[in-house]
Amino acid sequence: MIINSRFFNRSELIGFIALAALLFVILPLSLDVFRLNLVAKYLTYAFVAIGLVLCWGYGGILSLGQGVFFGLGGYCMAMFLKLEASSVENTKIQSTPGIPDFMDWNQITALPFFWQPFHSLTLTILLIILVPGLFALIIGTAMFKRRVGGTYFAIITQAVAAILTILIVGQQGYTGGINGMTDLRTLKGWDIRPDHAKVILYFFEVFLLFGCILLAQFIRLTKLGRILVAMREQEDRVRFSGYSVANFKIFAFCMAAVFAAIGGAMFALNVGFMSPSFVGIVPSIEMVIYTAVGGRMSIFGAVWGAMLVNFAKTSLSESFPQLWLFGLGALFIAVVLAFPNGLSGLWADYVQPRIDRLLASRKSKMSNGADSSVAAGAPAE
Amino acid sequence: MLIGHQPKEFLLAVEALTVSFDGFKAVNNLSFYVEENEIRVIIGPNGAGKTTVLDLICGKTKATSGSIQFRGKELTKLKENEIVQTGVGRKFQTPSVFEDLTVFENLEISFPRGRTVFGSLTFQRDAAVKARVEEVAEMIFLKDRLHTYADQLSHGQKQWLEIGMLLIQDPDLLMLDEPVAGMSVSERAKTAELLNRIIKDRSVLVIEHDMKFVEDIAHKVTVLHQGQILSEGTMEKVKNDPKVIEVYLGH
Repeated sequence: MIINSRFFNRSELIGFIALAALLFVILPLSLDVFRLNLVAKYLTYAFVAIGLVLCWGYGGILSLGQGVFFGLGGYCMAMFLKLEASSVENTKIQSTPGIPDFMDWNQITALPFFWQPFHSLTLTILLIILVPGLFALIIGTAMFKRRVGGTYFAIITQAVAAILTILIVGQQGYTGGINGMTDLRTLKGWDIRPDHAKVILYFFEVFLLFGCILLAQFIRLTKLGRILVAMREQEDRVRFSGYSVANFKIFAFCMAAVFAAIGGAMFALNVGFMSPSFVGIVPSIEMVIYTAVGGRMSIFGAVWGAMLVNFAKTSLSESFPQLWLFGLGALFIAVVLAFPNGLSGLWADYVQPRIDRLLASRKSKMSNGADSSVAAGAPAE
Repeated sequence: MLIGHQPKEFLLAVEALTVSFDGFKAVNNLSFYVEENEIRVIIGPNGAGKTTVLDLICGKTKATSGSIQFRGKELTKLKENEIVQTGVGRKFQTPSVFEDLTVFENLEISFPRGRTVFGSLTFQRDAAVKARVEEVAEMIFLKDRLHTYADQLSHGQKQWLEIGMLLIQDPDLLMLDEPVAGMSVSERAKTAELLNRIIKDRSVLVIEHDMKFVEDIAHKVTVLHQGQILSEGTMEKVKNDPKVIEVYLGH
């Protein structure tokens, strides 16, 4: 991977190193396994937030249904783990051994056809990407080819989130219903529940997260990244420059879906269950808030946003469970009204110039040269 | 059809073009032809349907009936981006440039390569792209502002940038909607100079109200009124047409 001055500019490089140090070194050394596992849970939302940066921040496509793709990815992973946990040996007390317990409770006597591929880990990994990707392709094609966009698109994605939740809850025998898929135990015979497994899974997730960060950064820097920005501002000008705007929107939406699905799959692995409460309207909107708080134009900001808002959620709902939703609403209003570019915008506007000025004044003291603080502060935005 | 034989020599043939918005015919049974390397100016009072004609040619508005043939290709059936790819470029009335991108990036996006999703992912900013962008930037007086974000340009500079974005597409038919509107006197003179340079080797369809400017550049003038052609011909002929004087030039 090329990490040179062209791939990251100076402040992005600092952001990258800071995040890597935090996630690879500082947190694993300073937190106990329980808290580290919580961070792993928070970070599953960072995948979604990175996807939203590309799709919403850059492309201007607001999706209020990312929970759908998070859920699809999560359920694909959970189905594999559930099948492994439902071996004939483990389920011999059921009337039909060898199928997941909730199927047995719902008088289903054979594994449905769409569960069959989840016997294979390779197929499962493919499906984690393909199922949400294809679903996003279908929604995106249906909407964007007809020039449905903006608020209408957001509302439709929200409706899709509601529909999928109802479907999962209603089809209890196939999906585990409102309880979701619980009691996930092993991955290819390797127990995912003990502490040392949680630590390994945490590191695996952080590696994947950095892979996604680099991929998103790569896309951002290609001409496609600039076309997304162009499209957000002057859709017609892009169209009359010879581009099919719909295809670029579909691409951005599918990428966001795939990122969300990877997050969902990591959730099932790290947290050990999957349920419809991570699919619906409320979690989907929360995912948008993580991105907005972090800064919808910043890939690193999205990761910070997901971590900090979730950290606040855990701390607040431990002490004042009723207050959390109000807090979240207030936070969203604050972001929209006071700092529309989120934390990364605050950083770029207030912190970065100070650091630059400090560095510049130190440099000019040392070299006794001309004051370049103004010049150094200017290109921050 | 209106004419006996298919006119192969025309670059653009608009025939019996009609568009109706809820029964109101903004363009009504309109026919006109543009030759290779011709500069055609469309004039007419407000609401005559001038901008709608450009919208119809570039695919922004779909025709109710009639045909638009460009180099023998039927444009009414194509999508906007496909029309651009056949060689038709369109400049809008209000400058539409990408304000969050630099002048260089604005021009680069219009460079006719890597226009698919995959193509734009693998697009390389190579020497050919850089040379072409710099060449065009020099023509539109923005050579020393290549790395300025477009939102910091003046109104006139944005207009030039958009003209530059069209230029880099290298279209065979260039359509300009009021290119000098809202410009200062000195910007106007520079724009006329710029247009005179870029209209070589291509056909141009211009909407303009500035009669001095029209006189300077037009080969042929079409006067529209209520969606139909009122008069057509050289500027001299049109200027002396009593119908034109009555509805448009007389006041």
